[in-house]
Amino acid sequence: MNFEWGVFWEYLFWPSSVYLHGLWLTLSISVVAQGFGTVLGLFIALARISKHRLLQVPARIFVWGFRGTPLLVQIVFIYTGLAAANIFRFEDINLGFATLPGNLQAGLLALTLNEAAYMAEIIRAGINSVNLGQTEASKSLGMTYGLYMRRIILPQAARVVVPPLGNEFNSMLKNTTLLSVIGVPELLLATQMVTSVTFRVFELYMVVACYYLTLTTLWGFVQQRLESRFGDPAAAASRKLASKGYRRLFGFGQIGEPR
Amino acid sequence: MSDDPVAEPAIVTARGVEKRFGDLQVLKGIDLTVRKGEVVVIVGASGSGKTTFIRCINHLEKIQKGRIEVNGHLIGYRERNGLLVEDSERNIARQRCEIGMVFQLFNLFPHLTALENIIEAPIHVRKIPREEALRTGRALLARVGLAEKENTYPAQLSGGQQQRVAIARALAMRPALMLFDEPTSALDPEMIGEVLDVMKELAREGMTMIVVSHEMGFAREVANRVIMMHGGQIIEDAPPEQFFTAPAHERTAAFLSRVIGKRD
Repeated sequence: MNFEWGVFWEYLFWPSSVYLHGLWLTLSISVVAQGFGTVLGLFIALARISKHRLLQVPARIFVWGFRGTPLLVQIVFIYTGLAAANIFRFEDINLGFATLPGNLQAGLLALTLNEAAYMAEIIRAGINSVNLGQTEASKSLGMTYGLYMRRIILPQAARVVVPPLGNEFNSMLKNTTLLSVIGVPELLLATQMVTSVTFRVFELYMVVACYYLTLTTLWGFVQQRLESRFGDPAAAASRKLASKGYRRLFGFGQIGEPR
Repeated sequence: MSDDPVAEPAIVTARGVEKRFGDLQVLKGIDLTVRKGEVVVIVGASGSGKTTFIRCINHLEKIQKGRIEVNGHLIGYRERNGLLVEDSERNIARQRCEIGMVFQLFNLFPHLTALENIIEAPIHVRKIPREEALRTGRALLARVGLAEKENTYPAQLSGGQQQRVAIARALAMRPALMLFDEPTSALDPEMIGEVLDVMKELAREGMTMIVVSHEMGFAREVANRVIMMHGGQIIEDAPPEQFFTAPAHERTAAFLSRVIGKRD
């Protein structure tokens, strides 16, 4: 086997600027697309459960379309397809302090729309999990839709939404690799660029795998924090100590454990 | 309880109220007037429409015919060219502020503490300053005997305690009318008394109340009028003494012998 440990350690601990830039892109794309996707998903979920057909039908079609086609197809379609058909061409935008390249915009848009479709279903399930009596009690206290959604229903839905939201972000971190096909120099494309010069494919892909593993692992800890923050307040109050982070990470010691 | 309720102004006026769920007609023309300070207990077999009727009073159910007024305001609808059309959400919400409702399954907000449950609507709906809402909220908790539970979440309270918090939550809006939808039906027997005691106290203080209940003892002791519903209609409306000793309708007599016969 031809494996150079020196190359592996060097790129793992002293990554080049191409790598660091790729890492930064992967992280920022994930956060932005997840953030916008979640907000858009919330509105699509609300439209989907609304009584008005004019809101309900477009929401259904959106979710159906974006969940029913591959993300990679959506990315290429939005960036290359729209431009080839002369419908819309993503141009670089100068923000003053930085330039936002066209392919990055298209990639962010595709990831956001795709994520919104999945988040819409997750949030809809969360809202539906809240007992109808909560809405009735809110209404009987004179609350209007916006108020009781914001103060009563969504905080309770969050308990159901946050665990799958964590999984969605975990997927998002990895799905950013798909943007390499439209030339966004995130972590995977950065690695490809380095391997094409050094030919150390095995070592460098090991390094990039370690990077993704580190990102998702760190996220696992954040996710655990979030879940205890949005979890059952009564259970949290009676629980003496939060369960240890490593348990959630390796998935044992959670279920069936006496509180 | 007022000695002569007839002299008091009407709080609830229902006229010819009809309600259908699809083909099933659950209310077949309800007429009812409840005056200030009156306590009206509605009894009847399940399916008689009593719960549906009080849910219509704060427009949790739409009605197909008739009208309901609370404190002189038409509930849920406004008149346009002689027809009734459903009112705006904002107006309906404003009307509901006048009407407290207590549910069979309490429906406390599980993510809020007992005190937060009580102050939520006063602060965000009535726009009462937080400090004042907290003061009133604590006083109400004390009034239902739960002063020491203000920081407790609903899941950590017994059913009876939850229902008392729910009553305090409704009272915090300073309603002109309180509706109780089978408030003790979901409770263990030993907890029924503590909830009924709070309701009795409320009645003594002059609150106008409509109570759907199977608690005949409460009806006999506290009610000014007891109403029997059957098949979506009011078939008996009498002071408790007369209702329990000399009911006019044979169905009432049959119902009473079933319900009370079991207990005595």
